[in-house]
Parts: sequence; structure tokens; C-alpha cells
Amino acid sequence: MKRHVKNLIPVAVLAVLISLPYSTLRIPGVFDGAVNTPGSLQLLALCLLFAGLAVGYDLLFGRLGLMSFGHALYVALGAYSAELAMKNLHLPLVLAALLATVIGAAVSTLLGAVSLKGVGKLGTENLGTVGFAMVTLAFAQAGSILVGRDPKTTGGEEGLPLSTEKVPAAFVGVVNTVNLYWLALAYLVLVCAVVWWLTGSRVGRVWQAIRDNERRAEVLGLNPFRYQLGAFVLAGTLGAVGGVVHLLVTAGATPETTTTDFTLALLVMVVLGGSGTRWGPVLGGVFYTLLDHRLGAVATSDSVAGLPAGLRVPLSQPLVLLGVLFVLVVYAVPGGLAALPSRLRGRRPPTRPRLRGRGPRGQRGEQHRLGVVEGEAHGAHPDRVASEL
Amino acid sequence: MILELDDVRVTLGGSHILQGVSFSVAPTGVTALLGRNGVGKTTTVKAILGLVPRTGRIDFGGDPVHRLRTHEIVRRGIGYAPEDRCVFAKLTVTENLALAERRGSAHAYDLVYELFPELKTRGAQAAGTLSGGQQQMVAIARTLLNDNRLIVVDEPTKGLAPKVVTEVAEVLERAAERVPMLLVEQNLALVRRLAGDGVVLAAGQVVHCGPVRELLADAALTQELLGVGQARGENVTLYTRPAPSGGSTHALAIVKDRQPPDEVSPPESTRSDAP
Amino acid sequence: MSTLVLLTLTGLGLGALYFLIASGLSLIFGLMDVLNFAHGALVTAGAYAAWRLTGHLPFAVAIAAAIATGAVLAALIETVLIRPLYSRPKDQILVTVGLGLALPALVQGIWGADARQLRAPRQLAGTVSVLGAKVPTDRFVLIAAAIVVLAALKLFLSRTRYGLVVRAGVEDRAMVTALGIDVRKAFTLVFAIGGALAGLAGALGGVYFGSVSPDQGTSLLVFGFVVVVIGGMGRTDGVALAAAAVGLIQQFTNYYAASGLGDFAAVAILAVVLLARGNRDGARRLIRRAA
Repeated sequence: MKRHVKNLIPVAVLAVLISLPYSTLRIPGVFDGAVNTPGSLQLLALCLLFAGLAVGYDLLFGRLGLMSFGHALYVALGAYSAELAMKNLHLPLVLAALLATVIGAAVSTLLGAVSLKGVGKLGTENLGTVGFAMVTLAFAQAGSILVGRDPKTTGGEEGLPLSTEKVPAAFVGVVNTVNLYWLALAYLVLVCAVVWWLTGSRVGRVWQAIRDNERRAEVLGLNPFRYQLGAFVLAGTLGAVGGVVHLLVTAGATPETTTTDFTLALLVMVVLGGSGTRWGPVLGGVFYTLLDHRLGAVATSDSVAGLPAGLRVPLSQPLVLLGVLFVLVVYAVPGGLAALPSRLRGRRPPTRPRLRGRGPRGQRGEQHRLGVVEGEAHGAHPDRVASEL
Repeated sequence: MILELDDVRVTLGGSHILQGVSFSVAPTGVTALLGRNGVGKTTTVKAILGLVPRTGRIDFGGDPVHRLRTHEIVRRGIGYAPEDRCVFAKLTVTENLALAERRGSAHAYDLVYELFPELKTRGAQAAGTLSGGQQQMVAIARTLLNDNRLIVVDEPTKGLAPKVVTEVAEVLERAAERVPMLLVEQNLALVRRLAGDGVVLAAGQVVHCGPVRELLADAALTQELLGVGQARGENVTLYTRPAPSGGSTHALAIVKDRQPPDEVSPPESTRSDAP
Repeated sequence: MSTLVLLTLTGLGLGALYFLIASGLSLIFGLMDVLNFAHGALVTAGAYAAWRLTGHLPFAVAIAAAIATGAVLAALIETVLIRPLYSRPKDQILVTVGLGLALPALVQGIWGADARQLRAPRQLAGTVSVLGAKVPTDRFVLIAAAIVVLAALKLFLSRTRYGLVVRAGVEDRAMVTALGIDVRKAFTLVFAIGGALAGLAGALGGVYFGSVSPDQGTSLLVFGFVVVVIGGMGRTDGVALAAAAVGLIQQFTNYYAASGLGDFAAVAILAVVLLARGNRDGARRLIRRAA
């Protein structure tokens, strides 16, 4: 693809997204009504929001190879602290959102430093990727516990309804759903702009060097910790902003945003779409949200209730199908949806088999002195696939 | 021929480490695999054992083995003492040896303890606390424990003190009387003493095959292929000592005095591991 | 005094549960570099197996079935799903993530989202008086099970050939295969052992909590992770100690501070341990620089 054509793609996509609320198109099977009905716009807003959250998450997973299992914490922080600031401190939305962003940045700085410092540098103990995953998960779980155990403040299992009196009227009510769509679109554009710009800059090249080989990056005089923490804080802050958008789009702070499953959903989106690529997380976020919505509708439909148990059980649980789909994608489509075009053209995505485990934090160091890949070193790893898009 | 390689190629991290290596190993005696640092000697050994992904044909004892997995190849009767010994540091010496016992093979503990009496006295010691020479003995002992049809020894004297080099050389000489050996070695005096045939690699390809004596006798060729040699004369020292019984004096080991024993050459493995 | 005894034994019982989960995780990670995210699902599977059989068959049989369920499921997961991905370590973790999502959802689809009561047999339902405290019998069963498992694991690792292979494999997998050993058999075995212990944890956890629910395993798994990180990967003794410590801290905090803070305290301990390790590392670097 010629370079100037490539640069036009984001513009074209943006143009389509901007025109959607004016479209009366009907897409049966995806949207119940026309595209510009509130129901469809609400779903589309969720799609764009999750696409933005997925792009932010992929900053860690795809760009730096950091497997965080606690990203939900920052989304929840954004949603809950904005709502609490409006409800208890009586701040207007803008100030509450600002406060939520600052809190997200502060907490991600603190926890990111602890997780990266404590786990990343254990020379003798081989924790690496896995330790980081476990620790971030534990921290997020603590947040989830806090929300669950303090129902007076957080609403517990019920969550908190949006304090509509503090929110500009333009974001309240079914008639204004289109404005939520614009908000979600703005969020997606913001996240993409930040992440894409940084990825193309010098910082992005350092990230890649760290992801490919942390130790070598260190030898080159770079400080991986500083860059990793920077990315972690940026992702956490963007996540908190996303949490505020989530609060507005869903008209409340829900405890679902605190759960591990929420983070795992982001992980599934990123892998489904293609991690470490421009469009992969966007595609994955949109696709997953649509699928989740449709499967949810199918699960509660009468036709499923009448099916024999062998079909009814998996169909009534969207997570069963999504989990299985995820496993299948990892196996059959490494590189995700974004790698499909190049795969279908018969070109295998570029492979770079690496010894001693993949991913900067997966190194077994000196323990595997023979430096061996067991089995064949073929097949592209999702985060290795440089998308052609 | 006990082992034959035909057009073996290895690509690691996008670089072609081996570019069509073909040679064979004689059914008796020692075949030396020679070459400068980083030409792919260790990778060749790993390719034989299936420790790196490779293409090409490898026959062992007349049967193709290049489609087998590492443990299956080894069970056909190959003993392997890798570069850097690779003993299990947290396991005891006895456990290290016990782990090497293969089913369907007699276990020659008598031979092992006769060659390395120290391994018996230090049986309960963690292998990681042994000296480099002792660890090398564990590594060689593992190859001699089973009924192997070939043993592959990668840089057994690397980083060892001259005295220990002599001990290792004696053991390898005795081992070579029993079983054919493919030996990767930088110490040319040791090669001259042990090896019959030599295979020289350069830049991932075989550049010379033939009797080691002829190769090393040709100073210019040695200098060209191996980058060291007697051409300059002064960088090789001959250590001699009286033979225990014979009374005659013979060369036991030659060490390059320009290279202190502790100076470890850049291992090929790290080179190939970093794409 | 009696409160102290009760809290200690209850805490140790909880720690025993964590140990059963964490020891398998740690063993699997030590040998194979795989973070088994589906481990919680195995706990849930064991719990439901025990719940289904309790009341119909002797309780010992229900426990055995839970262990078998965990072991068989784990062995299947390893051979069918994990094994083809040995050259793609990150994808192995992703596959277990997918399973960790799908399996509990499947359980929920079959038996519903609500917790199901697990009626322990009468011998386990009572209490035992210790120093004036009435301690539920199941705490002792849990602690005893953990001690037996710890001893058995240590014997397995130190006395059997497979234990030798596992310990060697933790150090250098490739060299183990270069000695003619099919290390993949050890992988399957270790996965099955981990699964069996997870199944046992599920059944005993059901007794401890009095009920089973689809996400019980996953919420226990989080503390399994905490214990593994504090105790050290691949270190059975360290994991046992960390499990006991986390269980005790949780119970005491819940009682003396506020209910619910115990879980929080466990995670806080993790942060403290990590900070201490990070500082130790930083201090070393400072010394290196000064030298």
C-alpha cells in the first residue's frame, strides 16, 4: 500500500464514524433498529469506548509486552471517583473528571512503581511477565474488594447511579444518546492520537527495544523501568478517563468495572484484534462489544431456553463462547483480526523466532544455558506481527 | 560412518548461522570440529541433537534422525557434554549422574568412578559448588555412564586451568578408546593429541576436511582457517611431564599462553541467541 | 485466649487452602514457565464434583472424585491445549486465560450462578475443644491435608526419579532432554499433580465455606497468586510458609480491624514484600555503583 493511501485510512474511518449518527441504515443481526436510533447509538458508543480502552491497554500489552491483569482498577477508579466527587463533593462534571484523572495517574504511578520494581528486577527469581501479571491482578482485586465491602459509599453490588444533576443536560436522557456517542468517539480519537503519536516517536522505538529485549535495552544505556512506568501511568490515566466516559455512557458506576473479568475482556479484545498493531485493538474492541451484546441477547432469548442442554448451556453464557473463541484465535489466528488480510493473501506474517522465551519479561536468563526452543520455532507470536494496515 | 550431516542449515533470529553443513564422523576415534569463534561449531552440535530448529539430513548409525526429538535422538546412543557443562547446580553429584542413567542401557558406574574418583567422594555435594574442572568431569561422566555409540563433547577445556586441561585430556583419550567422539575444541595441542580427522567450519560452512595432522602441519592453512597456529611460533607453549610408567617424555598438553585460562571466549550460544 | 486459638486455627485452615492451590501453581511455573490462569477453574471443578457426590456416596469418595476431576482436567488441558504452544510462552498464558473465563461460565450455565450448599458429613460438621475454644473440625482436616501434601510433595521431589526430573527441569529444561529424558511427560505429570491439588482444594474449600459457587475458584486463585509471589516460584517450603502467613494475617485483620479488611491486608503484605525486594535490589545497585 502506498504511504499516502495509508495515511488516508484514519481520515476515512473517522469520516464514516462521524457520519454514522446521520445514517438511517439498518444492519439486521447487529443493531435492532436503524443506526441513528438511541439503542444503536448507545451500543456504538460502548463499542467506541471499549475500542479506546483496548488501545490504551494494548499500550502495555502490545507495545511494551507488559501483561497487566489489573487494568480494570484504573477504569473503575475513574468511574467511581468521578461519581463520588459529584455526589459527595458536589463538584461539576468537568472538575470531577479532572479529579478522577489525577487520582488515576497517582494510583497508577504508585502501584506501577511497586509492581515493576518488586517484580521486574528479581535477578535470581524468575518472575518476570508472570509475576507482573499476578501482582497487578492482586492489586486490582484489592480495589474490587474495597468496592464490594463498602456498600454505603460505593453502592456495593448495585453500583452508583449517575448524579445527573451535576452532569450537563446534553449528556442526560435517551434523546441525548447521540452526544454520548460523540463523547465516546472523542475518547477513542484521543487515545489513538496519544498512543499512535508516541508509538511513532523516539519513545515508541525505545518501547519496542525494551519489548524485544529488555536486557539489551539496558546495555544500550536505556532505563527500562522509567519507560515502563511511564507507559503504565499513561495507560492507567487514559483508563481513568475511559472510566469517566463509561460512567456517562452507562449512566452509573458499576462494580463490573472493578472485576478481573473486565481486564480479561480488554485482553481478549486486544488479542482478538491483533496486539501491537494500530487497528487491531480498535477492531477487537468493537468486535468484542458487538459480539458480547449479541450473545447476551441470544442467551436470554426464548429460542435458547427451548434448546437441549448441550446447546442451551454454552449459548446462555456468553463467556463460554467468548472464552472458547479466544482460545481458538490464539491458536488459529495468531496476530488477530488485523493479521487476517495478510494471511489471506497467503503471506505469512513476519516471524522472528526467539530463543529463551518471548517477550522481554519472559526471559529465563541463564537458567536455560542451552538456549533452546522446544518444538518448532515457527508461527508468529501475536505481539510480533507488524501489521500491514 | 557413525554420523553423517548433509546440508544442515540453521537460521536463528533471522541470521543464517549454518549455511549447509555436510560432514561425517568416523566410527572410531575422535573427529574434531574446528574453527574460529562464532563460526557455528556449537550450533552444529545443537543441530545434531535437535536442540535448535534446523533443516537438512542427519543420519546416525545409518538411520535418519533429523525428524526425531532431542530425547529420542539421544536415546539412540549419543552422549552429550555441552559447552559450559550444564550440570544441574542445585542437584547433588550423585543425582546429576542418576538423572543421566538411561533405561535399556547398562550403567558404567565402575568406569566413571575409576576415571573420576572425586565424584564418588563428593557424591552428596551440590554440583553448583564444584570447581569448573570438577563440573566438566560430571559432564563427561554423564556421557560415559550409558552405552553410547557416539559422544559429543563441546569445548571441554574452556576456561580451565592448564593442569585441569591435562586431566580432562587424559580422560577424553581413555574415553575415545571405547567410543567414537565428536570433539569441539579450541586447544590445538589437545586436538593434535586426540583427533584423527578434523572438520573446519568458517562462516557456517565446512571449509576443510581431512586428517588433523596434515592440517596442523600446514602452518599457513592453520593460520588461515583457525587464526592461530605455530606460524608465529611464540604463542604456544609445550608442557611436558614424565609419563607415569613409560619413562619416556611426551607432550601432554599445549596451552596458548596468550589466552589466560579464565578468559572465556564469547560463547556462540549468546551470539546466536540474540537475534 | 480462646479467640486467639480459634483465629489461629481458622487462619491456618485458610492458609492450608491457599497452600493447596499455590503449591501446584508454583510447581507448574517453576518447571514450565506457565502461569496457569485456569487453576481457579480446576478448583471450581473439584468443588462441584464434591458437591454433586456428597450425600450420595461416602464423603471420602467425593473428595477422591474431586481430586480425580482436577487431575484429569489438568492433564487434558496440558496435553491438548498447552503442549502445542511450547514455543509461544505468552500464548500459553492466554490459552489458560480463555479457559479460566470459559470453564466457570460453563459451570454457571449448568448449575446456576448461586452458591450451592455443601453439607459436610457429621464427623466434619462438629467442633473440637482446644484450650477452651470450640474449633470447627474441618479446620483440622484442612491443616492435616496441607501437611500431608507438603510432606508428599517433598518426598516426591527428593526421592523419585520423576521428582529428580522435575527439579532438574526447573534448572535447565533443555539439558534434561539432552540426557534422553522426555521432559514433556514431566510437564503432564506436574500439571496433573497441580490439578489434583486444586481439586482437593475445591472440595475442602467447599467444606470450609459451607458452599460452592462458580467463581469460588477464581477468587481463591488471587490469593494463590499472592502466596506464590511472596513465597517464591518453585519453592515448596517458601510457599507453605507464605500460605500460613497470609491466612493468619487475613483472619486476624478481619477480626481485630474490620471485616473485609483481611483480604485487603493480604494484598498490602504483597506490596510490602515487593517493595522490600525492590529496595534490596536498589540497595545492591547502589553498592555496586559505589564500589
